[in-house]
Amino acid sequence: MQEVIKQKAIELLSSGKADRVLGWKEGEFFYDITPAVFTDVKEIEEKFVYNAFCGPNFSKYLVAESRKDGKIAVFLKPCDTYSFQQLLKEHRILRDKVYAVGIPCDGMVDIEKIRQKKIKGITGVTEAGEVLQIDTIYGKKEVAKKDVLAERCENCKSKKHVVYDELIGEEGDVLDSHRFDLVEKIEAMSEEERFAFWQNELSRCIRCNACRNVCPACTCEKCVFDNPASGIDQKAAADSFEEKMFHIIRAFHVAGRCTDCGECSRVCPQNIPLHLLNRKFIKDINEFYGEYQAGADMETRAPLTDYQTDDCEPSVILTKGDQ
Amino acid sequence: MQVEKNFEPTVVAFCCNWCSYAGADLSGNNRIQYPANVKIIRIPCSCRLNPMFILRAFQRGADGVILCGCHPGDCHYTSGNYFARRRMTLLFSMLSFLGIEKERCRVEWVSAAEGAKFAATMNDFVATITRLGENKKLEDLRCKK
Repeated sequence: MQEVIKQKAIELLSSGKADRVLGWKEGEFFYDITPAVFTDVKEIEEKFVYNAFCGPNFSKYLVAESRKDGKIAVFLKPCDTYSFQQLLKEHRILRDKVYAVGIPCDGMVDIEKIRQKKIKGITGVTEAGEVLQIDTIYGKKEVAKKDVLAERCENCKSKKHVVYDELIGEEGDVLDSHRFDLVEKIEAMSEEERFAFWQNELSRCIRCNACRNVCPACTCEKCVFDNPASGIDQKAAADSFEEKMFHIIRAFHVAGRCTDCGECSRVCPQNIPLHLLNRKFIKDINEFYGEYQAGADMETRAPLTDYQTDDCEPSVILTKGDQ
Repeated sequence: MQVEKNFEPTVVAFCCNWCSYAGADLSGNNRIQYPANVKIIRIPCSCRLNPMFILRAFQRGADGVILCGCHPGDCHYTSGNYFARRRMTLLFSMLSFLGIEKERCRVEWVSAAEGAKFAATMNDFVATITRLGENKKLEDLRCKK
């Protein structure tokens, strides 16, 4: 697949269809894939990669990239196309400056999960169907890909590209993801257990703001958390309250616009399951206001910018089981 | 001898300018009693209430927060309270998800003619918060120094 996409990138650049190509290249380590803008063919031949570590969602980069001169070609995985369409809907990306190529995705791999399998000294990973062949300094090892999938890919919501100019591979389907299972499990806990669970998770937060910076829905030019007068702008000003405040507000600001791409949890250096907060909002919206998938189309109004006169009252929370 | 002090909660009531604030006025004019624990903050419309205001109130020592606005359909700005209703439903659900007592926040619709309802709502809410006790889960210790 990497070669096909690489050839496409070269073709787009040399035919003049695009002036720049947004793709992936290796970072410091082979599993540390970073987004890169390519402007010449030689660079693509040498550096362009597409493998099981290409997690980064490019949608947010296009907010700035589409405002530069010339046209940019971009490769979008199915879940990235949702974020892309959501940003188009919010008029954050200039559509005519972007050439979007849909590419297939079999799920991304989490290097931490490979390490948790007691595989040390990893020097390379090759995909062979359902199995990952891992080269280590102690010899070759094998591991089933489904055991080391990134958390968000375990509950893949869709293999369908919702928007593209060109598609490599075949059109997929929206999947039945069971992505709310864990949210339901937490909901079923008692109040004290829930509080302890989140206290344990959120107290690890170091307020690096990576979740905000990477989030394709967080594209405000001036963020509320950058305001020094807010008292919650940095970890130095923090106590246990600040973390809850930050995470509630972060999730609330993207409620109804979050496409559940899972980037927040991927980049979290403390491995806080931030996507659960977003999923809780998505689940509530689905329950209270009808099924809604952000970014699935260009027309539907976002649930928080819309209303029905017979919406449920906030007191519905009081009567919802234990929760 | 040490005298045991009863817990007196701090309750913040965000009242919309057009209905509930006038409702509070009316209950005062009619000499209907409601607890002095309630601190009223006037907002232009219930949909002015940023979710951050609620968290901020808890941070600064509130034990309960209540939002009062015009009845759905009666908003001075036509649709403000409909938006507020959606937002508050989601926010309260999230607070509950994080393990914070769900009775600590409430939304009530009080019109300008419902002075008695305003007082009854506040009496009930303060009683609920007194029963729940001090807000420990969302407080900011720095604000209590």
